[in-house]
This record gives sequence, structure tokens and C-alpha cells, in this order.
Amino acid sequence: MRQSEEIAERFPDLHPPFEAQAAIAESNRCLNCFDAPCMAACPTHIDVPRFIGKIARDNLRGSALTILDANVLGASCSRACPVEVLCEGACVLHRYNKKPIEIARLQRFAMDSFQAAGGTLLRKSQEEHPEKIACIGAGPASLACAAELRQRGFQVTVFERRPLPGGLNTYGVAEYKLPARASLEEIELIRGLGVEFRYETEIRTRQDLEQLERTFDRLFIGVGLGAAHRLGIPGDDHRDVIDALRFIARYKTSDPPPIAESVAVIGAGNTAIDAANAARRLGASNVAILYRRAERHMSAFAFEYEHAKQEGVRFLWRVMPVRIHSDEHGIRSIECVQAAVGEDGVLAAVSGSNFHFDCQQIIYAIGQSPLLELLSACRGLELSHGRVAVDRATGATSNPKYFAGGDCVNGGREVVDAVADGKRAGVAIAQAFEAAHA
Amino acid sequence: MPKAPDLAVNFAGIRSPNPFWLASAPPTNCGEQIMRAFDAGWGGAVWKTIGEPIVNVSSRYSSIDWNGQRMMGLNNIELISDRPLEVNLREIADVKKRYPKNAIIASLMVESKREAWHTVVAQAEDAGADGLELNFGCPHGMSERGMGSAVGQVPEYTEMITTWVKEKARTPVIVKLTPNISDIRVIARAAKRGGADAVSAINTINSITGIDLDTLIPRPNVDGKSSHGGYCGPAVKPIALNMVQQVAGDAETGGLPISGIGGIATWKDAAEFILLGCGTVQICTAAMHYGYRIVEDMIDGLANWMEEKNYASIEDFRGLAVPKVTEWKHLNLNYKIVAHIDEAKCIGCELCYIACWDGAHQCIYLDRVSGPVDGPVDLHTKPASIEAATRTTITVTPIPKLDAHAAASNGKNATPLARIPRIDETECVGCNLCSLVCPVENCITMVEVATGAKPETWAERTAAGDCKPPALTQH
Repeated sequence: MRQSEEIAERFPDLHPPFEAQAAIAESNRCLNCFDAPCMAACPTHIDVPRFIGKIARDNLRGSALTILDANVLGASCSRACPVEVLCEGACVLHRYNKKPIEIARLQRFAMDSFQAAGGTLLRKSQEEHPEKIACIGAGPASLACAAELRQRGFQVTVFERRPLPGGLNTYGVAEYKLPARASLEEIELIRGLGVEFRYETEIRTRQDLEQLERTFDRLFIGVGLGAAHRLGIPGDDHRDVIDALRFIARYKTSDPPPIAESVAVIGAGNTAIDAANAARRLGASNVAILYRRAERHMSAFAFEYEHAKQEGVRFLWRVMPVRIHSDEHGIRSIECVQAAVGEDGVLAAVSGSNFHFDCQQIIYAIGQSPLLELLSACRGLELSHGRVAVDRATGATSNPKYFAGGDCVNGGREVVDAVADGKRAGVAIAQAFEAAHA
Repeated sequence: MPKAPDLAVNFAGIRSPNPFWLASAPPTNCGEQIMRAFDAGWGGAVWKTIGEPIVNVSSRYSSIDWNGQRMMGLNNIELISDRPLEVNLREIADVKKRYPKNAIIASLMVESKREAWHTVVAQAEDAGADGLELNFGCPHGMSERGMGSAVGQVPEYTEMITTWVKEKARTPVIVKLTPNISDIRVIARAAKRGGADAVSAINTINSITGIDLDTLIPRPNVDGKSSHGGYCGPAVKPIALNMVQQVAGDAETGGLPISGIGGIATWKDAAEFILLGCGTVQICTAAMHYGYRIVEDMIDGLANWMEEKNYASIEDFRGLAVPKVTEWKHLNLNYKIVAHIDEAKCIGCELCYIACWDGAHQCIYLDRVSGPVDGPVDLHTKPASIEAATRTTITVTPIPKLDAHAAASNGKNATPLARIPRIDETECVGCNLCSLVCPVENCITMVEVATGAKPETWAERTAAGDCKPPALTQH
């Protein structure tokens, strides 16, 4: 992986790490609630008061292992989680002195200390089991499933189409939250358990799957989502019309991409905001998010919206792109119309409201399609709205050989949701085999 | 406009503009320091113990931190003044000349010979000291040489040396008591028999503050070894208050002026010592931690409280709490209080719940439900099953657009009803534990419940002559 110093300079930590004494002071603010709401709010149910108490009592190894026991990607979650709507949002101190415990930064402190001390993941069983499990995709769901199974003594191989593991953790989370380097360091711990990784190995066809089915006893599908939705307007095939996830992946894992003076970002989800902020940090002076609905409809979290405004991103509401104009020098502008909700509740263009937003690059983040080619290649795999239908508690699909979790099941949520899915599937797969051995 | 309260005191004949004295310790090591302390507002200072100069070691202090706060307790192995006697005497004279209204008390410690004590008493008084404090309490180092607590732990020695001092002294004599004995009253009585005009209590407590878990050397580390020291600071305050009360409430020593010492850091601490009978208070650790400036709020806070309570002088409230401490056998057995939770204040931390289950009497429940009235209610769900249920719940990150948060029925950020514990008042024994662990002020209060029974103490119940427990006497 190449990463320039320029990227490191332009994307410093949004939430800088704690110094040791500050971490102890913060950890001592924690009330140590019983049946703590923060633990309940965490999809992986990390025992937050327990790990924070261990920081306060100078048991950093115990703190990190408490986190990792619940969430093997505790380091990346500490940086990437939208904690305002999870653990920190649930903190009872909102109702008292109003300032919640800085759980994410404390979690990062524990995980950084663990990494710095050369910590390794613990096995949950010393037994070795012969069963082999294939995890398709090396994103958070698969990594959590793979780690859980390997910790319990099963033989796990992860197949990844890209050259690096981690999925969106490595390629897709804004660098000021989670640098690709930190994602890879965390995955090294999982590899250290003895999980085998096969990179640049895409599983796509029925033949690919049949081959895996012959070798492996169970298959976990953690492939995430597929291609980004395109704008579908004239001119959207121009080379400077860029898929936001590709744009983010590029600046995170190779040289900084050339950035234009003025950039339009289409869409108002969290990915659109990450892309818009990145465009600003990479040097664009004029970055605007164009969204066809109103502020209150945006799918980005409120704190992401606030952050983007601080980064200098402008927002244009109720705007629908209709055409991209370019000449031999490149893109000149994106032509838009104002949108209004008609009496029938359908969004429609206001006639005569056309205007041009001058820009040289257009980044689009309006959602991703499911990986239907692969998913429909799995025999007997029931889908629902393009998502794999599973039993939520176990990740079991309609095909007993297949389990699934992460974005391909939930349609695209957070890293921590994928980790929770993967872990539940790992536990379910392991328990079935362990019961058979018993 | 009401007159501002007067904080001036006359302690056993020693006049001081306020009851706040610096204790004999590093903050009173030299004249330059004490003059700065008086400028900051301190009423008096007990000069760091003078005697034959000694040699100190380094290091000398160690401490206990608690929950991220520094120096909850401080320990030292420093000895008495290491400066020549003549220098200390010259500086006492100099400070007294410049600050005639402030109290300067000379703390003294010399070998246990009558002549030696006569000499040092005369020297201190000639220099201008307003009073003398006999250091019979230093628990480390000096005690190995037959001084300090070696004297204060033996009533006969205490009485004898106090008598020698009183033969010579023209100024009030305060005997400083060591807590490192089984009954502090025995030594206080001996001091009184020897003629002491007052006592001060407590000196530091024998301690080892901790051990370095890497080197295995206890703190403070002096070239690989340590020695027990004297413990002080906020941690010792309750011990000091009890000992002060014992002296103040004793038939023999009651009425003997007491200068209170031990963990005093705020005006509230000072007020408590005064309520238990102290005429002045002495401070060391807090001044070592934050500097002389802390006296400003001690004076200000105490004066504001006195004004609020209509106390015009220290004497107006001194000792008022002494009669409120009694023996257990005189407590009313028929007084009943129960815990009450203010649901509007509860933040849902459930610390009272787990404390009551594991640490008290199992009478707080998490069974407030918002479901149907005739629905199933598990009245005796225990802590472990509550936690287990949370761990198996499937939770996902809410997406603003998709998961319009089912707003809590009682408002944004309100505590869900299911997290507000319920107290079974019929089972509550009124132990206070839940109200002690509750982080929210006035959320859990202890409310008196009329029992209908007239007050009765253990002493009264057993006064009839048979001392059997009530369960048996009822048969």
C-alpha cells in the first residue's frame, strides 16, 4: 500500500488520541452503571463500564481484551463508529451533567496501548477442529466471523477480490477517522490467529461457489454491496464523474488524486459527506453537496452534517441534476433543476428552474446496488429486496450451508453492525459443530 | 445590614484573627514562608518542629491517588527542622515583630531531659512565640531516638515532660497527640494531668502508602528501601474527627481546648472540627498540594456559612455537635426511614439496584413495566439475568431516515421507565446505601416512616435487668 505523507498531513485525526493521564481522568468520570445503556446500545455489546474501569485501574491489557472479546474490530470501531447515536448517545450522563463519557476515545486508547504493547488475540478454545469455513469478502463481517471461528479452533479461509483486506474499513472510511494503515494493523491480529487470506480472488459465479462448496463445510457471505448507482443523466460517462467510494479508496490507498477547483457531490448520505470533506482537504476551494430533497430528509447523521459545514462544504437542497456539460478541457458545469414535492407526494422538477453549478469534477454517492450476480448464483439462497434473508440471531440463510452478514444482509449500515452480524454467525456455526463433536 | 461574622479566636489564651493555622510541617519551615502565609490570610502558624537539627533523606513523601484525583492521602518520612536552632529562633523573632497580630506557635522536640526542655522552652518564648506545641506525635525516625510518638504513646512520659515544660513556660502549652495508640483519651488525660493548656489532634498515622509493582520497593523509595511514614490528607479526616470527639466528649478532658488536625482541606472540613469542639484547626496537606492561597475560601466559605446560620462568632457554634455523638446503645431502635427515588431525577444508572442486591438487603427491583397491566411481571429478576438479557438483544445502529427513533414516551433523553428502580418500602431497612451510591443529588432521599412505637434505646430495652435480645424477652 502506498500512502503519501501529504495524505497523513491533510487528514489528521478528527478525534486525537488521549494522553494516558487524560484517559485516566476521563475513565474515572464513568459511573459504572449496572446493565449499562451504552453496552445495550452497542451492536456488539462491548462491556463499556468494564473496559473503562480497567483503564482507570491501570489494567490496560485487561481493558483491551474486554473490548476484543466482544468486538474483534474494536480498534476500527473506536474510530469509525457513529458513537453519537450508539454508546455515547445512550450514556446516562446526558441526563445529568450533560456531557457523556468519551467512550470512543477511551476505547481507542485501550486498543492503541494493546497494539503498542504487541498484544495478540486470545484463542477461545485450545482444541483444533477439522471443519473448514470459507468467508467470502474480507470486510468487517467476514473478519469478525473468521476471527470467532478461528479463536474456537476452526479452519478459516477468507477470499477477497481486492489486494488488501478490510473492505470499507481499509478502503472506505474517511482517513481522518480511520487511516487504512490502522485498519490493516488490526487485521494483522486476526491473521496472527491463523486465518488464511487469499487476495485478488473474486468469487463471482456458480462455478466458483461450487468449487468452494466442495472444499468447505460452511460458507459465510460477507460481500457487502456492489456497484454504485450511476447518475443516469447525459454526460455521466465523463472520466471526471467519479464514484465516491472509488474516490475515497484511491486517496486512502494510493497517491492523492488530482482535485479540481470546484467539485459537486451528488447525494446526502454519510459517504457523500466523507467524499465532500475529502475533496476540501485535498484542495478543492468550492465543494457543494447537491441533494434532491430537504435538509431533514438527508440520510447522513446530524453530526456528520455539522462536521461537513465546518469543513467548508456547501449544501444545495431540492436540486436535481439533469445534464453534465463538458468541452475539450473537461467538465464545465452540472445543470440542475429545482425539485418540489407535488400534490401526489412525488418529487418533480420545477419547470423553468434550470441553473448551472460550475464545477470540473462530479462525485456521486447515491447508493449501491446489491451484488445480485453472486447472490443469485448461490443455490437456494433466499433474497428479500436484493438482500440475503437471514435469521438475525445466527446469520443462517435459507441454504443450511450458507451464512451471511454485513451490508449484503442489512442493505448498508455501520462497521459495528457488520461485526455483530459476523460474530453471531461465527458463534452459530461453531456451536453447531461443537455440539456435533460433544 | 447584619454585621459580618467575627472569625477571631482566643485559643487557650492565644489570640488569632481566624481559626486557620498552618500545622507544623514543611509549609512552616522558615520565616519567609510563614510571612507569605500570613499575607495570604492564615491566622496562625505552628513553626516546623525545632530542636537539635537533624539530617533528612531523599525522597521523603509518597501519596495515594484515588479515582484520578491526586493525593487523597499523603505520607512522609521527613524529620523535624534540619535548620540550626539559632536560625529558627531569629526568624521567629523577626516574623513576630512584623506580624504581631498573627499567632506563632513554636513546635518543640528535644531529648527527654528536664534541662533540655527547660532550655528550649525559654529560647522559644524569648524569641517571641505566642505558645508552644509539644511534638509527642511524630511517628517516624524521631521515635526511634526516644522522642516524638515514643513519648506520646506512654501516658507517664507524656505527663512527665508536660510537667517539665509547664515548670518553665509562660505561654500556653499545647500537647500534640499521636493517633498511633489504642485509646487517645488515655494520653489526653495524661497531658491534662501534666498541666497542658490544650491538646492538638491528630498527628500523622503510621503508614506504608504502597509498593511499586515493577521494582517491588515500597514508597517513598530511598535507594531501594523505604520506612513507615506518617499518613495525612483527606483520607484521614474521619479518623481525626472521631479522635477529636473522643477527647471532647470525655469526662476528664472535656473542655480542654483542642486544635483540630487531620485532612482539613475546605471550610466545611473546618466547620466540622469546630462543631466537635475544636477552637482552631491546623492544615498541612491541602497547603502542600495547592499552596497558601487555599485559606481565602476557608475564611470566605466559613464566614458565609456563619452568616447564613446567624453565628456571630466561632464560639457560637463551637462544640454544638459534641452532644449529638453518643454510644450505640443510646440510639432509638424505633426510628425507621426508607429510601425514596425521585423518578424525575433518576438517570437510570441502576447503581442503587446492584448495590442493594449485592451489598445490602435485596429490596430494590427493576420491575417497572409499561406493558399491559395484567401482563406477566417477573418480580424477582436477579442481576445476572438482567445483564444476560441485554447481551443477547440484537441491536443495530439507527439510520436517521429509516429508524425514526421511537422517542421515549416521557420526552427526549428521559430515563426509560424500565430503567428506574423501584424500592420495596416494606423490605427496606433504611441502611442509606442506595442514597450513598446514587450519583444524582437528592434523587434518592431517606424518608421517615412513622412506626407508631415510642422511642426506645437498647439501653432502655435491657435496663430491666435481663440483657437478653428482644426476640427472647417477648416470650
